[in-house]
Amino acid sequence: MDHSWFDSWALTLVVFTPLVGAAIVMLLPRESESTVKLVALLTTLLTLGWTVGILTGFDYDKSEKLQFTVNKSWIDVINSRYHLAIDGISLPLLALSALITVLCVIYSWNHFPEPHNPKAFLALVLILEVGMNGTFLAQDLILFFIFFEVVLLPMFFMIGVWGGPNRIYASIKFFLFTLFGSALMLISFLALYFKVDVDPLVRGAQHSFDMVLLTRAGGAGIARATANLIFAGMFIGFAIKVPMFPFHTWLPDAHTEAPTVGSVLLAAVLLKLGTYGFVRIALPMLPEAAESWAPWIGLLAVIGIIYGALGCLAQSDMKRLIAFSSVAHMGFVMLAIATLTSAGVNAAVFGMVAHGLITGMLFFLAGSVQHAYHTREMSRLGGLLIQAPKMGWILGFCAMASLGLPGLAGFWGEFPALLAAFQPAPGLSDAVFRTYMVIGGLGTVLAAGYLLWMLQKVAFGRPKPEFADAHIHDVSTFEWIAWTPILLLIVLLGILPNIIFSVTDPAVLRIMAPFS
Amino acid sequence: MTTTLLGESVRSIATPAIDWHALAPAIVIVATILAILVAELVSGRRDPGRTSTIAAIGLLATLVPVATLAHDGADRVLFGGAFVVDDYSLALTAFFVLATYITVLLSVDYIAEGDYYRGEFYLLLLTATLGMVIMASARDLITLFVALETISIPTFVLAAFRKHDRASNEAGVKYYVIGVLSSAIMLYGMSLIFGVTGTTLLTGISDRIGAISDEPLVVVGIFLALVGFAFKVSAVPFHWWAPDTYEGAPTPVTAYLSVASKAGGFVALISIVYFGFLGDDGSAAHAWWPWIWILAAASMTLGNLAALRQTNVVRMLAYSSIAQGGFMLVPFAAAGIAAADGRTDVAATAMGAVVVYLLVYGVMNLGAFAVIIGVARRTGSAEMSSFAGLFRTTPVLAVAMTAFMAALAGIPPLGGWFAKFVMFRSIVDAGTGWGIGLAVLAAVNSVVAFFYYFRVVTEMWFRPAADDAEEPIRMPHALVAAIAITSALVLIVGVFPQIFGRVGDAAF
Repeated sequence: MDHSWFDSWALTLVVFTPLVGAAIVMLLPRESESTVKLVALLTTLLTLGWTVGILTGFDYDKSEKLQFTVNKSWIDVINSRYHLAIDGISLPLLALSALITVLCVIYSWNHFPEPHNPKAFLALVLILEVGMNGTFLAQDLILFFIFFEVVLLPMFFMIGVWGGPNRIYASIKFFLFTLFGSALMLISFLALYFKVDVDPLVRGAQHSFDMVLLTRAGGAGIARATANLIFAGMFIGFAIKVPMFPFHTWLPDAHTEAPTVGSVLLAAVLLKLGTYGFVRIALPMLPEAAESWAPWIGLLAVIGIIYGALGCLAQSDMKRLIAFSSVAHMGFVMLAIATLTSAGVNAAVFGMVAHGLITGMLFFLAGSVQHAYHTREMSRLGGLLIQAPKMGWILGFCAMASLGLPGLAGFWGEFPALLAAFQPAPGLSDAVFRTYMVIGGLGTVLAAGYLLWMLQKVAFGRPKPEFADAHIHDVSTFEWIAWTPILLLIVLLGILPNIIFSVTDPAVLRIMAPFS
Repeated sequence: MTTTLLGESVRSIATPAIDWHALAPAIVIVATILAILVAELVSGRRDPGRTSTIAAIGLLATLVPVATLAHDGADRVLFGGAFVVDDYSLALTAFFVLATYITVLLSVDYIAEGDYYRGEFYLLLLTATLGMVIMASARDLITLFVALETISIPTFVLAAFRKHDRASNEAGVKYYVIGVLSSAIMLYGMSLIFGVTGTTLLTGISDRIGAISDEPLVVVGIFLALVGFAFKVSAVPFHWWAPDTYEGAPTPVTAYLSVASKAGGFVALISIVYFGFLGDDGSAAHAWWPWIWILAAASMTLGNLAALRQTNVVRMLAYSSIAQGGFMLVPFAAAGIAAADGRTDVAATAMGAVVVYLLVYGVMNLGAFAVIIGVARRTGSAEMSSFAGLFRTTPVLAVAMTAFMAALAGIPPLGGWFAKFVMFRSIVDAGTGWGIGLAVLAAVNSVVAFFYYFRVVTEMWFRPAADDAEEPIRMPHALVAAIAITSALVLIVGVFPQIFGRVGDAAF
């Protein structure tokens, strides 16, 4: 079979099919809701189809190599090119993004939050997917920046229009934090462009935004102090997106106010854009600066782990608790990245996927609980296992996965992360990172604490008197369709983590070469 | 023998070699102005719709010689170097003409429904545009000054066009007083520079100013000329006339002032700074870049802080245009910093960045004003609250306004990001602590700017409509056309910035 057509178009299709879908959705009249939903579903399915095509066409023996490359002229005046490619690090993240979007469209089928308007809502989801897929595939800093920013507006409107009572505050806070980070990030990208000497790699090309070239240059020609400053700019940009302590304050607000689907997409994919930025850009392009910064990143990561866990224990709102747990979990991912070892970065990529699936699923559940009880106050909830046993069991299952129970996906993100901290890259202090490891280990205990506490509050016991006679819908058909793939993947990745590790490892080794 | 010599010299005085092709854009505008005058006289006030049509057609016709000149490609130097037609001037001429065309689209219904004198309105509008077209080609202090006054004087009258409205009168008077004051200051500075360099030609000034750039007269001359321009482009601390003038003037005139007229000031500044004050190999750059650095930093910061507090969208956009002016001054500072280091190539790309910024800013600001004029048709005011619930009642208009606001805030993939990007690129390229400091300040300011632009967005999307504003807004065709053109451009520039980027690149 002739693959050449697909090879050169696959990535463009996977990024821009949702945009075409969004345009069609916007042109349809607002009244024809079922057509709108159908178009959105078919678009996301088609995008997932392209992703499956990429998954099957991907050469797993050479997963360190960038594949399906497109490299066309785009903005010549600033030397920026339309360069997309995929390797073993991007592959699982792209798959996650394409899958979660489909599931979100299915979940929202009968669940559109007030003020309804599926047309606008689905158009935003589709535009969001353009930004998410594009960020994971871009191989040019400017293109990366554009896709990184494209996700802002849809999420802003999703929170602001369909969100909870405090939605305006939350949406503006979300936007403002991210915008601040990306402004500094852009300046850092420009500084990289002007300072990194790529001439030895490509004759005559003095400056370049090409991520492949900049990775190969590895910060050549920059003075250490300058490199540290540039890294600081990128650090703030990515750390806000992750979010790391102390930049995390937008996250609980955004999650609490966002509609269910918004929360799911935010947790499952958007946060990963930040950690992905560290792995793909900050570390390999400025390895020396990364080394100077790593102990501080590790410190903020473990503070995030403990702070997030303690934050969870102080919450009374189920969704807010899950949001704080995100801060803790992303702390593990960042700790793994801060070790600057290939084992750590592998764990980080796995952690991103696992957290995406598990926390995404928890937000789905929080949404359904709220749909059923019209509240997320854990003091008013209880007895979910009696009133909606299936949902209760799924919640229990996800809580177990989230606290890192061996045999489920969450384990393979956290355990190897701690393991990597035992032996950080040469040049980093063993003592410091081993201390981080111990603190992180305490974090897992706290995680078990807050997750079980939430489970006990929501699922165990008897229903509270106010809901004793309420008829609570158990898992509906649409929910089953949306949730089954996630649940299966959590088990599958828990049993066979090598599905991901074998893909990411060669690519991680290539990127982490300067550190060993 | 003597007679032939005399005859020849007389003939050469009587018929200086004039390149009519190079002057054609200005001539077409003059012809249009005359046609409007005649049409107004013939039809009186009975059938005045004709004048706007003549203005629109005349403006589009101006683009024909611009296109033929661009196709021809050769640089044309007229009047001993005082008037030059090159890629730079052609790009800006096209921009001025198109911006005026969109202003005409914004004005048609506003002026017709307000029962104003229409013929005079378009006459004045096109006269100001004539000044801009000359400005784009002016390479001599006197030509520059005449062009600047040709822009200013009609706009004084335009600002006060709502005769029976006190705010509009105030707008006109303030603008007039400040305009005359700034012209006087600028002219004084220019006369000092002429005094020490002995020439009014910018190239001549450039040749001579480097060696004497530390002389007090030169320093004072440059400073005064810059202060004059700072008034014209409403840079902080010479900005305080702008908000009152913008708010009081008829809204289409405000759009014109904040885009075309401001661009006129910036073009003059580009010419005088780049072709004149840079000196040989940037030898005079150190004399002026600190001033521009301060103007840029103060304009973007104070403009932003003041914009945060506004509740009227037009007034908010007035302060925003001060802040955007600060962003446009950043590449000037970059050019100066780099040129003082001897890197004049950076100065060239920095000027390209200003041109790109002007073009993109013009498109997005005109679009925003088009929406404001449309919304104000229903409510009669441009208060923030009159935008409430627009997404429910008239979603298309809300989406367009969102696009313009996001573009002004510099959020990709809408056009504004590229303008901000080339601005950042120039200042990061200039390097040095001063450059990076300004870059970081600009970054922080572009985040602050998001706050006030998105207050409008928040009103439109997140708040319910007022009870008397549940009906969708009906838009006249001309406004729809203006919004369609500008929003399409904002999107195209955002995704394929190459189009505008090449203009900036070709110009320098």
